[in-house]
Amino acid sequence: MSVKTKTISEKEGPHAALPRTAHVRSGRPVHVPAGTTRVVAALLRKELLVELRTLESVPGMSLFAVTTFVVFHFALNQSSVSGDEAAGILWVTLLFAAMLGVNRLFVADEDQGGFDAFLLAPVDRSAMLLAKALALLAYLLVLELVAVPAFGLLLLGPSLGQALPDLLVVLVLADVGIAVIGTLVAALAVRTRARDLLGPLLALPLLVPVVIGGARATSPLFGLNHADSPPARWLLTLGLYDLVFGLIAYAVFDFLLED
Amino acid sequence: MADRGVSTIVSGPIAADTESIEGEPALRLEGLARHYGEREALSDVSLSLSAGQTLVVFGPNGAGKTTLLRVLATLLRPHAGGVRVLGKSLPDEAWAVRGRIGLLGHEPLLYRELSARENLRFHARLHGVGEERVEELLGAVNMENRAKEPLRTLSRGMVQRVAIARAVLHDPELLLLDEPRANLDPAASELVEPLIGAASRRTRVISSHDPSGGLSEADLVLGLRDGRPALLREAADVDPGEIAELYR
Amino acid sequence: MYGRGLRTLSIATVAVMGIALGLVFFYAPLEAEEGFLQKIFYIHVPLAIVTLCGFVIGGLLAIQHLRTREQRWDMRSYVAIHMSLIFAVGTLITGSIWARGSWGHWWVWSEPTLVSFLIVFLLYATYQPLRFAIEDPERQARYASVFAIVAGAFVPLNFLAVRLSTEYLHPRVLGSASNLPAKMQLTFLVSLLGIALLYATLCKYELTAKHTRKLLKARSKILGFR
Repeated sequence: MSVKTKTISEKEGPHAALPRTAHVRSGRPVHVPAGTTRVVAALLRKELLVELRTLESVPGMSLFAVTTFVVFHFALNQSSVSGDEAAGILWVTLLFAAMLGVNRLFVADEDQGGFDAFLLAPVDRSAMLLAKALALLAYLLVLELVAVPAFGLLLLGPSLGQALPDLLVVLVLADVGIAVIGTLVAALAVRTRARDLLGPLLALPLLVPVVIGGARATSPLFGLNHADSPPARWLLTLGLYDLVFGLIAYAVFDFLLED
Repeated sequence: MADRGVSTIVSGPIAADTESIEGEPALRLEGLARHYGEREALSDVSLSLSAGQTLVVFGPNGAGKTTLLRVLATLLRPHAGGVRVLGKSLPDEAWAVRGRIGLLGHEPLLYRELSARENLRFHARLHGVGEERVEELLGAVNMENRAKEPLRTLSRGMVQRVAIARAVLHDPELLLLDEPRANLDPAASELVEPLIGAASRRTRVISSHDPSGGLSEADLVLGLRDGRPALLREAADVDPGEIAELYR
Repeated sequence: MYGRGLRTLSIATVAVMGIALGLVFFYAPLEAEEGFLQKIFYIHVPLAIVTLCGFVIGGLLAIQHLRTREQRWDMRSYVAIHMSLIFAVGTLITGSIWARGSWGHWWVWSEPTLVSFLIVFLLYATYQPLRFAIEDPERQARYASVFAIVAGAFVPLNFLAVRLSTEYLHPRVLGSASNLPAKMQLTFLVSLLGIALLYATLCKYELTAKHTRKLLKARSKILGFR
């Protein structure tokens, strides 16, 4: 049996002090505890694999977004929107579609014992936060890949072309915030009784700053006559939000997993 | 030093390895208690189990068997009392023993959409174990031919076999088994014997409903009732009648 | 243990609030533009401030709970948040009355404090449903603490975001208290103290009641009846 030789990650994690002397002394096959990066990679890979097989989240989210645009057309009785209105419709739709993904994020783990499997492993528990947030981020990006062109096609008056690079920046910044809060709230809600209800109820108020930042930043991009660049203060707000909640999520996540 | 090549699948660690340098027993519980709200799920459980020995836990449903196993697995924190597993005290040093414990619970802890191989590889990565080990175990539980199919297409017996493979994937010193032979036919039961049976020479804690079968495997017997130890004795001194009493 | 000092605190609260009321109605001058209605400012803003502090304190107590795992910190955190939620309703109502009086609408989006409060209220309104949706008491306390910490951090961020986004169409009378004339400042500070004392007293009452109930339960259990 080959021995995996690997350097232990710098992160002073719990596995750093695993007693390996006993193992080595007896000649038992030594397996070096997996560093956090590899664990995150393994988790993310599993996550994406399951999603690819079941297609539970992404197609639903995307379809929901497109359908919502159609509903908005009839609800507003307008064929094209611009400026604040357009930004508002886009962000509300993205947010609600994201809730669908949030609701499903930990369901497979909770129902099939995935939490236990992870908790039994000698790994840093924040790895799950990171992996799940990255997965949710991936789902959101794919969602936007479908939703934004659909929006441009169905409802948006001014053309998307020029605004696209700036829009991308805003989307990514906001998505990080949604991913962090979404993962946190999903982990919180999945083990409660009203899990499908509590998720959105908790997430929506928490994400209001993201909606504010996102909508205010994209509104000039959808300007009727020409596209303006997003005001820097909103990009900063989004960035600050991502940073603060990223850190907080990292600090509290462990407490959600343990028993 | 014994050849540790292929034989590691069949026989587990040598008994002496499972003790820490001080020669402590593999398990030492003193007044372990865990409550669930107002109810005592476990109370006043004390015992000592030497390395390589097998503890079998009997008791009716709700007696606390699963809770005990989960506490030992570091999945649940003890609310009172002292718990030392493999020389480390829980919950503070739980991270130090996590990689050395294998749990086989009611749930297989596997993803239904993934195949046996994918599931085992995932666990292997979590534990820092190489992929060759996955192949070895797939062979040992006779699942090589069905290793590519999603678990939801397999029978319960097969899933149980993969779950057993998962439990011993990282070659744990301590095995915690919650009714391990459920869903296994006699052939499969024999198949997994070297991995989780007495021959594996790992320290084991087994939760069982089968008085005669369980007793034969045990070195130490613990009978639980409403979370309290109703019976704690060397297996040799226990007869099946006393175990049946617990279920009354 | 909890009941000690309760009487003193209650008396102090009543006294200070009495003084505050007196100051509000007889001492503080009438504001030029708004007239009598402006006096609601003396209850609305202190309520807002105390509520916000209460939520943040709830978060801090929750941190302590997670660190020590002692149930009493969770109880304190719960009471702090619970009480703040009630005071938040008071803030929203008084704010709404004031908005109606000043601008003719029961709700205005142009007042960032009010708007932020609405969001914060909606968030914390999920605190109790969250708790009741978890059966295991230990996990319930732990998850509630996580929520309290995240929500506590959210409060200032939310205020920042809303304030940045609000168009100042109307002159903000709820401006900072520092550029108020001296008489108004004094009245305001005394009101603030009164509301803060009220908050503390009510919290203490609730904590004492809960604690006593727990003790009673424990004793009756020992004595054999449930």
